[in-house]
Amino acid sequence: MSGGVTTEMKFHVLAVDDSIIDRKLIERLLKTSSYQVTVMESGVKALEYLGLLDDEKSNTKSHSNSTTWNQNEIQVNMIITDYCMPGITGYDLLRKIKESTVLKDIPVVIMSSENVPSRINSCLEHGAEDFFLKPVQQSDVNKLRPHLMREKEKGKENQFNSINKRKPIEECLSPDRTRIRFNNDLVA
Amino acid sequence: MEIVGQLQKQFVDFTTSLYREGILDGQFVELQKLQDESTPDFVCELVSEYFQDSEKILTNLTTALQQQVVNFKVVDDHVHQFKGSSSSMGALRVRNMCIAFKSLCEEKNLDGCLRCLQQLKHEFYLVKNKWETLFRLERQILEAGGAVPFVDYRFY
Repeated sequence: MSGGVTTEMKFHVLAVDDSIIDRKLIERLLKTSSYQVTVMESGVKALEYLGLLDDEKSNTKSHSNSTTWNQNEIQVNMIITDYCMPGITGYDLLRKIKESTVLKDIPVVIMSSENVPSRINSCLEHGAEDFFLKPVQQSDVNKLRPHLMREKEKGKENQFNSINKRKPIEECLSPDRTRIRFNNDLVA
Repeated sequence: MEIVGQLQKQFVDFTTSLYREGILDGQFVELQKLQDESTPDFVCELVSEYFQDSEKILTNLTTALQQQVVNFKVVDDHVHQFKGSSSSMGALRVRNMCIAFKSLCEEKNLDGCLRCLQQLKHEFYLVKNKWETLFRLERQILEAGGAVPFVDYRFY
């Protein structure tokens, strides 16, 4: 660990499910694996949280000078979403994320209570990292870490160089900053 | 046999019977594994949440089936929701009843659906009753100063 501040860095997972039972379950599963978790009850709320709802037009504008891809400086490392939801489905959410210039590299995992091969294939074809059958188990959640670690490695080069001119291997953030950066010393 | 031991045995026997009778399945074991010292009420809070959620669904189902013109898609949506939550909780018989219910919705069989709703309510109140008993036994053990045994019932 570099630096004097021993701030624990956690991967932040956004979980989306319209079922309150499943929301509580996925939240507990993710927290057991030491992830920071935000739960949303709908695709619309998730899009809002990600800054994709009203800003669809501005996604095509240049965001290249900033990795703060929305005003709230929310950093999400992974999205796990239920497939069957009223309004915007998990599939719709996946498509919107993958079509977004700033969010497309965030790994997306789909959950479903139904084992429909065409559905699974379609999600994977459109960029879903994985597909979990419900009820989701600890063993499923354990499969997430490699996806997150891989993105962290990829993201390090891209994101650091555009935030500022400092070296990729960053010291831990100062206590009053809320934005989490990737660095080598991720303690999870 | 001292009181804690008796209560613990009662608890183990009761829990085992729930699995043997197919009222609960392995998913309930998984839920308990997620509970630890930092979240000692995780399971019973989740079960409470399930009770509340289920009552709402049953009310919605009753209403939907009482309409002049029954919208079977709406009925199916409610059943689907109930099936999902029951599956996540390990309430096996409730879940299986939902599966049967879905078939009846597909057939647009109103009489069948009405009968199934009654059976579904029966199964739900049964598991509710069992869970309430389970948590009562847990409380008794804890109040007597004992630890609640972890019943890892596997179907071999």
